[in-house]
Amino acid sequence: MMEFGGWWMPVQYKGILEEHKAVRTAVGLFDISHMGQLVVSGPDSEMWLNQVLTNDVRLLDDGQGQYTLLLNESGGVIDDLIIYRVEANSYFLVVNASKIEEDVLWLQSKLSGDVTLADQSGDWAGLAIQGPAAKECLEALLGQDIQLPQKNGLLSLGIPNGPILIARTGYTGEDGFEWFCPARMAAYWWSKILELGQAFGIQPCGLGARDTLRLEAGFPLNGSDLSPKHTPLEAGLSIFVKFDKGAFTGRPVLEKQRMTGVETKLVGLIMADKTPPPRPHYPVFHANAPVGETTSGSLSPTLGSGIAMAYLPTSLASPGTLVEVEIRGKRFPATVAKRPMYRRAK
Amino acid sequence: MKVPTNLLYATSHEWLRNDAGHATVGITDHAQHELTDVVYVELPSIGATIEAGQQICVVESVKAASDIYSPASGTVTEVNDALSQDPALLNTDPYDKGWIFKLRLATDADLSSLKSPEQYTEQLHSL
Repeated sequence: MMEFGGWWMPVQYKGILEEHKAVRTAVGLFDISHMGQLVVSGPDSEMWLNQVLTNDVRLLDDGQGQYTLLLNESGGVIDDLIIYRVEANSYFLVVNASKIEEDVLWLQSKLSGDVTLADQSGDWAGLAIQGPAAKECLEALLGQDIQLPQKNGLLSLGIPNGPILIARTGYTGEDGFEWFCPARMAAYWWSKILELGQAFGIQPCGLGARDTLRLEAGFPLNGSDLSPKHTPLEAGLSIFVKFDKGAFTGRPVLEKQRMTGVETKLVGLIMADKTPPPRPHYPVFHANAPVGETTSGSLSPTLGSGIAMAYLPTSLASPGTLVEVEIRGKRFPATVAKRPMYRRAK
Repeated sequence: MKVPTNLLYATSHEWLRNDAGHATVGITDHAQHELTDVVYVELPSIGATIEAGQQICVVESVKAASDIYSPASGTVTEVNDALSQDPALLNTDPYDKGWIFKLRLATDADLSSLKSPEQYTEQLHSL
């Protein structure tokens, strides 16, 4: 068990490697109730959201979601989140547990027009059902008649003891769903999904596997790989920044970076065989000179070698570049790799 | 958790088996369980001299690196190379195939400060 974002959460149930494998080959169930839920509503929602977030909410139809970023005035990342358009003028935002308060304070300070912002984090519990068998597992639970959402989509189900929101999203690099229900129903659905998932080899999964899975999939973790010191362009998230939608917080800095290029980039690193696993804050060297430090790192259970992320000078950010990671005073070879380091077979 | 009766234990969850001044050292079943899946062992160097309670090597699980402390003073005479190939031996067989290193004891005096199986079991129960 460990403290995470103010929650006391399991690192593992049976073992990180076993849980990781279950998600890559079958299905895993995560408790993601720590994550925050904000609801934005009102006639000016769309316009206002486009001013405070980097992606373009106008691209969303009802029941669709997108990954987006909340920036400070210098273009640094306050939080990364998924925003769903439930219906016109009603948006559901899923934010990081450790950032709920900061996000809400920031957004409140930016409120303008006819917009209401509500923090519903205490009302919602969240479960993530992730893995190649996630779809079959949910079909077994809900029946074949239910049309499950497409990638990044959101389905609202009004059922007894509901409502339930089911999103086709995740943080593992596999197909999967994030399931939001009233907090009092969390234990019920957790048990129910585990029970029905048995036939598909379901495993309850903790924070440990959540971290190795997302790292392999190249997803940054806010607070580690994302921070107010780095912009989304430096983090390799430019496809989630839309410059053709008008003004948004941080835009001037990002625009300048787009013109002149970024000085540092978040890269993936794959360690040579038989080296110790990298961890956050290990120094990275190139040609005997310090060039950065790792922001995340672990053994990759799928690749069998260590993987990490680090901000490196742009000149060293091309895949194939050889660098060294210093671990307990010794340097070990690593190669800059394209993110994600793991991609599922289609 | 298994606590074999023929071993001595350090508060920091290492075990020691003394064989006429030549000791074998490893980590306990409780320690391997807490560490979770071990994926890397940085073995000590043969010939290194070490004081009781000093950090001597590092065991890495998927989630973290953990220091291992020598339960006694002495000189390292042998290390378990099998752990380089199969670090998971620490999880599957912590008291036998998962031994970490052997130590020529500098003095028997250190052993009296280690815990008996009963005392170590008590420590585990008080956690």
